[in-house]
Amino acid sequence: MQDFRPKIIAFYCSNCASSAAKIANKMNLYLPEEVKLINVPCTGRIEILHLLKAFENGADGVCVFGCQEDSCQYINGILKLKKRVEHVKKMLEEMGIEPDRIEVFSLYAGKGQDFVDIAKEMVNKINQLGPIF
Amino acid sequence: MTEYKSGSNLEKVLKAGYFAFTGECGPPRGANVEVVRKKAQHLKGCVDAVNVTDNQTAVVRMSSWAACLILKEEGLDPNFQMVCRDRNRLAMQSDILGISAHGIKNMLCLSGDHQRFGDHPEAKNVYDIDSIQLISMVKKMRDEGAFLNGEKIDVPPKIFIGAACNPFAEPLEFRVYRLKKKIDAGADFIQTQCIYNMKRFREFMKRVVDMGLHERCYILAGITPLKSVGMARYMATQVPGMDVPEELIKRLRGAGKGKAAEEGIKIAVEQIQELKEMEGVAGVHLMAIEWEHRVPEIAKLAGMLPRPKVE
Amino acid sequence: MIIAEAKPISEILEMVKDFSKILVVGCKGCVTVCNVGGAKEVAILASSIRIGMRKKGKEVEVGEITLERQCDPEYIEELRDIIKDYDAVVSIACGVGPQFIAERYPDIMVFPGVNTKFMGGAIEHGVWAERCAGCGQCVIHYYGTMCPIARCSKSLMNGPCGGSNHGKCEVSPEIDCIWDKIVRKMMAQGRLEELLKIRPPKSWLTARDGGPRKMVREELAK
Repeated sequence: MQDFRPKIIAFYCSNCASSAAKIANKMNLYLPEEVKLINVPCTGRIEILHLLKAFENGADGVCVFGCQEDSCQYINGILKLKKRVEHVKKMLEEMGIEPDRIEVFSLYAGKGQDFVDIAKEMVNKINQLGPIF
Repeated sequence: MTEYKSGSNLEKVLKAGYFAFTGECGPPRGANVEVVRKKAQHLKGCVDAVNVTDNQTAVVRMSSWAACLILKEEGLDPNFQMVCRDRNRLAMQSDILGISAHGIKNMLCLSGDHQRFGDHPEAKNVYDIDSIQLISMVKKMRDEGAFLNGEKIDVPPKIFIGAACNPFAEPLEFRVYRLKKKIDAGADFIQTQCIYNMKRFREFMKRVVDMGLHERCYILAGITPLKSVGMARYMATQVPGMDVPEELIKRLRGAGKGKAAEEGIKIAVEQIQELKEMEGVAGVHLMAIEWEHRVPEIAKLAGMLPRPKVE
Repeated sequence: MIIAEAKPISEILEMVKDFSKILVVGCKGCVTVCNVGGAKEVAILASSIRIGMRKKGKEVEVGEITLERQCDPEYIEELRDIIKDYDAVVSIACGVGPQFIAERYPDIMVFPGVNTKFMGGAIEHGVWAERCAGCGQCVIHYYGTMCPIARCSKSLMNGPCGGSNHGKCEVSPEIDCIWDKIVRKMMAQGRLEELLKIRPPKSWLTARDGGPRKMVREELAK
């Protein structure tokens, strides 16, 4: 258990979350190594299958960074994604997997610190949960 | 000698021109015969006929026809209720023959509460035919001596056919027409849902009278005495198609602690007295739910006693 | 179309727990349209089975295929060479699909991956409602082109019952009282007279009550 290094896939949208990431970078704040980033044009584009595939291919946790609910460039992308994440949580539970292994966060474009803090928190949580299988 | 369709006491009383007074008895949730006999004793001599509910609110109870037989033994004129929820046309017709064979002469044809309300919500429902089709089927059995399929019946049943009507259910504008449909189908008498809003019922009856429906069928107005403010509130908010005016609730509350029941009875008595004078109303159907023991006093206060004896 | 809903993944995992080569078969018909049994859902279910079985400590091989239709033998035939490599099939077509597959390939276990619900349509995105009960003798034109058999909780042919409540059914506020709609539409169209006709008892011979149904069209049959 001590050797456990969780693998976390973090999807992030090219708008709010992306600017937050850039600002984090400028502030010399870096994501934990455990987190692998995948950029998407809008979180609304992330399908249930994408989320499941991350787990199927070895992720111990999945998180999605998107916009505030009222500031999605594509109107309601983040809201659609949130419903899908809720659905995946239910599916995970039915499979005997902790639903906390997947989370979605709404970021403000300017909050670089939040981006890194949340990612670290996620790493901590998955660390506590241990390996998925 | 008068020609009767069934010769039930209720039919005789109505035909003789008396203002009819009917009661109700819910069979027990078990085979407890004594409960039925006890309820019968309260009602005896106070009412012309007693409705026996058929798995009311979709809760399993002693079968309506069986409880009817007990009431008959106790000297009452039972009104067998049948709902379309639990029986197909075969079971319905055989039960109709069965009650007639045992001398039960009144029957009330109903759709029935949906089983999802009841104690077996997982049940499969039947609804092979609806209440209006049931009315025509009973009429066909009685008047044509034929089953629904047209085949001849060896000794047809003699039934005084009843149907229900809810003047306050939606869509409101259609309710009088649905009543007409039931009368067209062959209903001899109608018992309405409980009435609390007398003004609206008066308006409804005016339409009934304008259409001449009261001349083709006996209309008995439904009355349920309110036992408490809570019951009134429940009726007002939880029961579809029930109109309990706010002033009635105020009046019950105004009666003070422990006196709401007495006030409820007073209201019911006033309603009955008003209904006696209302054009087109041939009687009152008193649904004193689990309050059978109060029926004698209501009957007395409303001036309904003694009940007529028609030979 | 036929509307179905996905079975809980836990139920499917329980079905297939003793198998190690599982083929998930979708259908491009109704279940694709109602987002429950098309290629996309095949991929989701296959991935879920892999994850779920791995969680149970078992690696399984899960194949994915989506047929044109599962209610036509010619498309079921397409599985002939593929199915040999598997020891169980989960069909996510309506109830017809798994039965057609099982009839054609009697040696393999075939499981239903969806619960088939009703015949209806999408009233908005992600919301479907029942419209037809398949009674075999359509008379909806008597009722303002709304079916009381399928859409009235009591299938009343001479409604509405006393439980109609602000346009909703006594059974649930989620259910529209179809008789309320029928009456309002017919009255608005000046067709009250038609509603006053007593509709006689229906013959259920043409419905499921007459026994399992089969239809032969001589001009088409071989």
